Order: sequence, then C-alpha cells, then structure tokens
Amino acid sequence: MSLPEYLLRLGDNALILSQRLAEWCGHGPVLEEDIALTNVALDLLGQARLWLGYAGELTGRDEDQLAFLRDAGEFRNVLLVEQPNRDFAHTMARQFFFDVWHGLLLEKLSASKDERIGGIAAKALKEVAYHKHRATDWILRLGDGTGESHARMQQAADDLWMYTGELFEMDALEGEMHQAGVGCDLAALHEPWLNEVSRIFREATLEVPKQSWMQRGGKRGIHSEHLGYILAEMQFLQRAYPGAKW
Amino acid sequence: MTPDELFQDRIDRGIKIEPKDYMPEGYRKTLIRQISQHAHSEVVGQLPEGNWITRAPSLRRKAILLAKVQDEAGHGLYLYSAAETLGVSREQMIADLHSGKAKYSSIFNYPTLTWADIGAIGWLVDGAAIINQIALCRCSYGPYARAMVRICKEESFHQRQGYEILLTLCRGTKEQKAMAQDALNRWWWPSLMMFGPHDSESTHSEQSTKWKIKIVSNDALRQKFVDQTVPQGEYLGLTFPDPKLRWNAARGHYDFGEIDWDEFKNVIQGNGPCNRDRLRARIAAHEQGAWVREAALAYAKKHEKRAAA
Ligand SMILES: [Fe+2]
Ligand SMILES: [Fe+2]
Ligand SMILES: [Fe+2]
Repeated sequence: MSLPEYLLRLGDNALILSQRLAEWCGHGPVLEEDIALTNVALDLLGQARLWLGYAGELTGRDEDQLAFLRDAGEFRNVLLVEQPNRDFAHTMARQFFFDVWHGLLLEKLSASKDERIGGIAAKALKEVAYHKHRATDWILRLGDGTGESHARMQQAADDLWMYTGELFEMDALEGEMHQAGVGCDLAALHEPWLNEVSRIFREATLEVPKQSWMQRGGKRGIHSEHLGYILAEMQFLQRAYPGAKW
Repeated sequence: MTPDELFQDRIDRGIKIEPKDYMPEGYRKTLIRQISQHAHSEVVGQLPEGNWITRAPSLRRKAILLAKVQDEAGHGLYLYSAAETLGVSREQMIADLHSGKAKYSSIFNYPTLTWADIGAIGWLVDGAAIINQIALCRCSYGPYARAMVRICKEESFHQRQGYEILLTLCRGTKEQKAMAQDALNRWWWPSLMMFGPHDSESTHSEQSTKWKIKIVSNDALRQKFVDQTVPQGEYLGLTFPDPKLRWNAARGHYDFGEIDWDEFKNVIQGNGPCNRDRLRARIAAHEQGAWVREAALAYAKKHEKRAAA
C-alpha cells in the first residue's frame, strides 16, 4: 500500500499550491499576472486530479473524497506549498523553489517503471517548464528591479528557505519507491537544484540564504498551522452537506 | 460632404470605422466610455466569482470556475486594448475606475452568498451579457466589434457551466434545491437591470443608435433575455420571483413586472451591497502591486541599457 501514499505526496503538493495561487485571482499586481497566476493554478489543479485520481483508483476513493474528506494529518504535501501568499515576492519565491524542484522530479518520474506515473509526469513536465520559466523571470525582475523589490525578494527567500530541505528528504517510502524504479532519489536532486537556484540568484543580485536548519514533517502529515485554514475553506461545502453531489 | 457627413455615410453603408479613420469627438468619447466600462466590468466581475474558487465543492467545478474567471480577465485585456486604439491609456482608464469616474456593470455589486450564486451568475449574468454582446458584434467600431466576436465565442461556455451547476443542485438534495431557488430570487431582478433603463429614459440612445454603437434597444434586449430564460428556469423546476411573469400569446412574449428603479439608481450611485468592497479590493490590488510594476519597469530599463552598451 505504499504506492497510494506516494501518489498522495505528489497530488497534495499540486493541489495545495494550486489552492494558494487561486487566492490571487482578481487581486494580482497587474491583469496579465492575474491571468498567468490562474493559469499556473489551473495546470497544478489538473496535475493534482491526475495524481489523486490514480491514488483513488488504488484505494477505492475518488479525487473529491481525497481532496475534501481528509483532515490535515492525512495530507502529504511538503510544508513549502502551504505557506501563505503574503506578497508577490513570497508567492514567486515559493513558486521558484518549488518549480525548479518539480521540474527535476518530473524529469525523473517521466522514466518511472510505473507507466501511469511516467505518463502523468511527462505531461506535467511540459507545463512545469513554463511555470519555472515564469517564476525565474520574476526572481530576476524583482531581485534586480528596485531597492524595494530587491529587499522584498531577499526577505521572501530568507523566510522560505527553511522549507526547501524537505523537498530532498528521503525516508522509507521514498527509498522503497526509488528501489522499485517507480520513484527517484530525491537527495540526488539537491545538487542540481542548488546549482540552478544559485545561478539565478546570482544573476538576480540576491544572496542564497545560509540558514541550514530545515523544517520538515509535511510528507508525514505534520503540517504548519496554515494547512488547517486552507482545508477549512476548501472543504467547507463537502463538510457542510455530507454526501451531496455538486 | 463634410467630414461628419462622410463619416455617417460610411456607417450607414455598414463600413467599419478603424482607429486611424476620422471620427467625431462625441463618437470617440462615447466609445471610450462604453468600452472601458465593459473592460472594468470584466475585471471587477472576477471578484464575486473569485470569491468561491477556493471553496468550490469539487475539483472539477474548481477547474471550470478557474478557467471561467481567467477568461473574464482575458476579456478585460482585449477590451482595454480595444479602448486604447481610441487614444486613452490603460492607466488612465484604471485611474478613472478607482476614482469612481468610470462605472462598471452594477450586477457585480451584488454578493455571492452561496455556491448556487456561481450557477446563477453563469446562467443569468453571462446569459444577459451574451445577448448584449451578440448585438455588439455588429457595432460600427471595428476593434470593438472584433473583440465582441472573440468574447462571444467564450461566453457560451460560461453560461452552460452556470446552468449545469444549477441543474445539478436542482436534482440534488432539498437543501441544494433551496440554495438554487434562493439564488434565482436574488439574481433575477439585478439581471434584468443589466439591460439599463427603459428606452424612454435612456439618455444617449438616439445618437448611439445612429452611430451604430447601440444596435438593439435596452427594452428589446431585455425582452429577448426574459423570453429565452424563463423556459430554462422552468426546466430547472424553479420559480421566478415575479408574480406578473406570464406568457402572453397575443404578443408572443412573456409579460413581466416592473423593475425597482430606485434600487437600480442607488446601486449605480454606489449604494449597492458591495460597491465599496469591490472598489476597495481593486484599489488594494493596484496599490499593493505598484512596487511589482515599478520593479518590472526598472528591470526592463536596466537591461535595455545593458543590451545597448
Ligand atoms: Fe466576459
Ligand atoms: Fe462581458
Ligand atoms: Fe463570461
């Protein structure tokens, strides 16, 4: 029963980040960004549905039961994606850290021995290439823009850095998936990730945060305080009207 | 012929007016007012629907609603561009929206209180918008007419998704059906108001009709909307909140009651349930986004210089 658990990790990351991005809808700094943020949110939501749909088939639950009827302790997303939007700098820093990792991960998963995973990953990879391109662009523009944007971007990077360690954390489940050729060695993604982040930060005149103590727990269901509120909002109708079809 | 006569002659012969063509100042001003108002409506319209994206009751509905609201933002973009061809900048239009000088559709000053409101907006508000916009596809100003053609293609999906939400609710539990009925009760009259005052009260109508900026009269469009919508509501098994609504076989149309014009005027003047919230949200987005726009500009300038050096 490890595969469904593994799929929840993938699906919950996409779902929760999509939910966060959707909060921007109608409130972006400029109309074009409203559209672009919604676009990324839509892509991630589509990916979440594919992962959760697959997980649901293996466990006899549908995507909505998984999204709307699990409590926070059963969610398997990393802490990074549930962090609040705060300002546009925090939103884009979160996105950039995630997208660079997501791209590396999906590249590996597109060669998964599980063909279904390989197919979803290959499809998602194309979308994520665009997400990463866009996020990179904003790191550069904000980092190397004005004094204020630089300070905000640096602050955002510093604030979120401690949530990046979990992305590369290997545990028994990741190990098992890696051994079976279904998943991949997350620890091995750290070097290319750090290289890419450092290269872009240098170009953006930003400093790579030095903080080395990392927060972890999301993948095991131990979350930050934020997830409870995300779920309270997201799950409201399904909880208030049990069993109703929408 | 004078330039104005030549201009009118082109319109009468059905030739589209393009940005570089001569046009009377009044024509330009009327179009700027109308197109920018339409653009603002698309943008402000994101707010009441956006209000339910994070609470959508299924992942499928969430995806559909996200895509729909994204379309509306896109419509805002096309329309701002169409207005810009008349010599007004987007910044100026946005400043006029924020100062209260420019208006947007009053319908978005009503709140979305339940999920059924998202269905009602798609069915009724997009439904009314389509009727307006199909007429405008024949408008005399080329860029506006073409924007309308493009927009109309997307709007039918908006209406369908709204109707489908309500259909699902009406076939659902008792509570869900009550939610749908309540939404129709609240959205029906404001939807009829979307077509504007009676033709007899409408101030710019005559000149706009001559210029083919207005193609069909307010009352005719409203009647078309009622005739089209009432059978759809009956199919849902819902009741319209108008005791005077009934089929008139002699006219071949539905008769319906009088709109509360007091409410209509008050909402336009800023006293609707959400006017202040909507404007506050738009102004906050703009102000909080200022440093982002400045950074993008500063970055572009730096790199222009570096590329030139
Ligand atoms: Fe629209
Ligand atoms: Fe519209
Ligand atoms: Fe629409």
